[in-house]
Amino acid sequence: MSATTDLTEPIVSTAEPAAADAKRRRVDLGRFRDLSLVPAILVLCLIGFIVSPAFLTADNLIGVAQQSTELSLLVLATALILICGRMDLSLESTIGVAPVIAVWLVLPTSGARFTGLGLLPEWTAVPLCLLVGVVIGAVNGFLILKLRLNGFIVTLGMLTMLRGLQVALSEGQSIVELPSSFTYLGKSSWLGIPAAIWICVVLFALGGSALAWLRHGRALYAIGGNPEAARTAGIRVDRIVWIVLILGSVLAAFAGILYSGHYGSISATQGSGWIFQVFAATVIGGVSLNGGKGSIFGALTGVLTLQLVVNVMTLAGVPPLWNQFLNGAIIIVALIISRFASGEKQE
Amino acid sequence: MADTATGPATGPGTPAPVADATGISKRFGATVALRDARITVAPGEAHALVGRNGAGKSTLVSVLTGLQQPDSGTLRFSGAPAPALGDIDAWRSRVACVYQHSTVIGDLTVAENLFLNRQSAGVVQPIRWKQLRRRAEELLGEYGVAVDPAARARELTVEQRQFIEIARALSFGARFIILDEPTAKLDARGINRLFDKLRDLQRQGVAFLFISHHLQEVYDLCTTVTVYRDAAHILTAPVAELGHRALVEAMTGESASTVTAPAGGPMASRSGSAELLAISGLTLTGVCEDVSLSVRSGEVVGLAGATASGNVQVGEAIAGLHRADEGRITVGGRSVRTGSVPSALAVGVGLVPEDRHLQGLVTNRSVAENATLTVTDQLGPFGTVLPARTKAFAGRMIRDLDIKTPGAATPVSALSGGNQQKVVVARALATDPHVLVAIRPTNGVDVKSKEFLLRRIRQVADGGKAALIVSDELDDLKVCDRVVVMFHGRLVAEFDRGWKDDALVAAIEGVTGDTVPATASPASASTAADEHGR
Repeated sequence: MSATTDLTEPIVSTAEPAAADAKRRRVDLGRFRDLSLVPAILVLCLIGFIVSPAFLTADNLIGVAQQSTELSLLVLATALILICGRMDLSLESTIGVAPVIAVWLVLPTSGARFTGLGLLPEWTAVPLCLLVGVVIGAVNGFLILKLRLNGFIVTLGMLTMLRGLQVALSEGQSIVELPSSFTYLGKSSWLGIPAAIWICVVLFALGGSALAWLRHGRALYAIGGNPEAARTAGIRVDRIVWIVLILGSVLAAFAGILYSGHYGSISATQGSGWIFQVFAATVIGGVSLNGGKGSIFGALTGVLTLQLVVNVMTLAGVPPLWNQFLNGAIIIVALIISRFASGEKQE
Repeated sequence: MADTATGPATGPGTPAPVADATGISKRFGATVALRDARITVAPGEAHALVGRNGAGKSTLVSVLTGLQQPDSGTLRFSGAPAPALGDIDAWRSRVACVYQHSTVIGDLTVAENLFLNRQSAGVVQPIRWKQLRRRAEELLGEYGVAVDPAARARELTVEQRQFIEIARALSFGARFIILDEPTAKLDARGINRLFDKLRDLQRQGVAFLFISHHLQEVYDLCTTVTVYRDAAHILTAPVAELGHRALVEAMTGESASTVTAPAGGPMASRSGSAELLAISGLTLTGVCEDVSLSVRSGEVVGLAGATASGNVQVGEAIAGLHRADEGRITVGGRSVRTGSVPSALAVGVGLVPEDRHLQGLVTNRSVAENATLTVTDQLGPFGTVLPARTKAFAGRMIRDLDIKTPGAATPVSALSGGNQQKVVVARALATDPHVLVAIRPTNGVDVKSKEFLLRRIRQVADGGKAALIVSDELDDLKVCDRVVVMFHGRLVAEFDRGWKDDALVAAIEGVTGDTVPATASPASASTAADEHGR
């Protein structure tokens, strides 16, 4: 450590212009760090094209994109939370429990297999679902930031608890009688492309722009990089982290709406086990687990890489029993690729 | 003394002091952090605040910067009362602070660091990056800092980062800036450049409150010095009127006759004793070349050099932290496998690493655990570590090194800097090493602990072992029997006991003959020689 820092100093002090030049070059490279997975995606597309003629068809690619939407929203949430140096494992339960609670509150008390409370009109299902997301995020934030509990364990507990709540409410069964307002977004298509894809594109664009051009977006990097420094710069660290945690949970709840709409039901295991995929995609996309590093676009390329791999494998006729093994292997390989493409150590 | 430059503004011609605190008291629970303390800083003045660890300096800084509300007392900036606590912007426009710990965020660019949390005018207004970089360029240009605003902060040197902190602090419009140990992580060259910059700023009318453990820097830079001791103000005086000895006396509260290391006995018989450490032709690519050195039993040798000279790496190589490309290192006749710490430990090398936070301590573990980290094999049979033996061992180390701790089970993070460093030294001594390699052993510790640590290292050698002190601090090198100087990876000079400060500093800085660059070092070195008066 100290050896390398010491070594750079004489270069800087004796040969200032040369060092400045080197720096500028490095920064220029740094600007493309987000794109380090793009070549991998292109290679995957090429392999897909060779493996099956069905790969490069609009139907297939839109299918891949549609399947990525729910996962990618969780990745967006995780990227935001990781950049400000935190973790939220409970996202994968929020995606299931938020729709269940919303639907439970609005469905009539009799007449169907799943009986709700019928407390509120059906159109409130979507806002209610998002509200549940707000509440979960706020509770996580309270436990982590006010009571100063360990975030990893708090959200791990929350993950289990919320999954349990979902099972208890839905009696362990899928809910198929959903209000039409609830399934609209996941089902419908705008201009021939599923609405979910449009929405995801917009959300990613919004998130990416906020992180690039808004003060409070940049504050996430400062908080993740050095919370003490951020505090002395006048950033309200706890408040912003809390908002990010709430935002993350809302995104997960929204992913739940898209997912339920897409498949027309809320399954009891909705989102179960996703968090590993989500973390893998986010980190492959260049977001640091230690905070302060990464971008929304990078995270997006991470999701796309993982989804494309699955798609190509399916088209290539890889036996499904090998899927899990290959999935894990791909994560590690992708991590190695992004490590060397970006030239940065992942600690 | 009170009627010198620091006295209260009386006549209409005298401008009001930029900062004037009187009767400040602050207690935390049972501890009194400040007792009726005061300080007055005149416009454009370089004011030093010195005191041992725990004297109340840090508390005063947090009161002056609006981070903490004093229990009593008044605080005025340029004649006007201090703003309300929590009004961060108002405080920033009056007083700026460069903290001991860097508040530059490595992954952000220089420009963004400079304007953190004020990159754009409004919350929802998008940041205009080009404009931001231009503003950063202007700001850096204004203070003469040659740094590319688009570079990422982690690529900068420590010194450049510090300039950025200063520029940022001043960009809020404050004309009063507090520097909390700004030189702790800089080498002599960097310190000179920092001081040049500070003098420039001073000419522009900026006033400083300069906090440092290095008294020489106080003499070099400051015009007035205020001494705190035991949470109270002791004296304020012009630096020129206060001798080195009187200053240390004010800090410690006792007459300090042994500030500069114990004299030690005659060293005549050294040449006859056994050679304990021998380095021959050591080469680390890009760091040092063909370094040969030998240290005999009973000898303390100083390895001096500026930060980039490679002296630290040579010290670390002896302890097995670097693999040598060429050359060999032998300790007591047994050769060390370079690059292997266990091998170095086995032949009897003890290391006090350069940065105690980074390499030295597991700060949230107890004093006992930290002190015994290198000797866990001696604490119980079959790889076990018996708590009773650990405790006994740690107790011995605590007594031996006079570590001020509530108990052996106290986490190291709760100790003061000087005592933390003692724990590091304790650990190095725990193995009873034949050769003790101490890299900047007194980095960031107060005068009293400094003296103690250096004496302890001297004792190691007097006990028939050998010690190598790797440092560029003259005080550290004064205990050495001889000092070897490295410059750009080569040994360039050797001084026997009784060397002159200016000659040594010149060798460290690579200054030879007439080509003396226009730095302050030769001048300061000669005054240092006068002050120490050995």
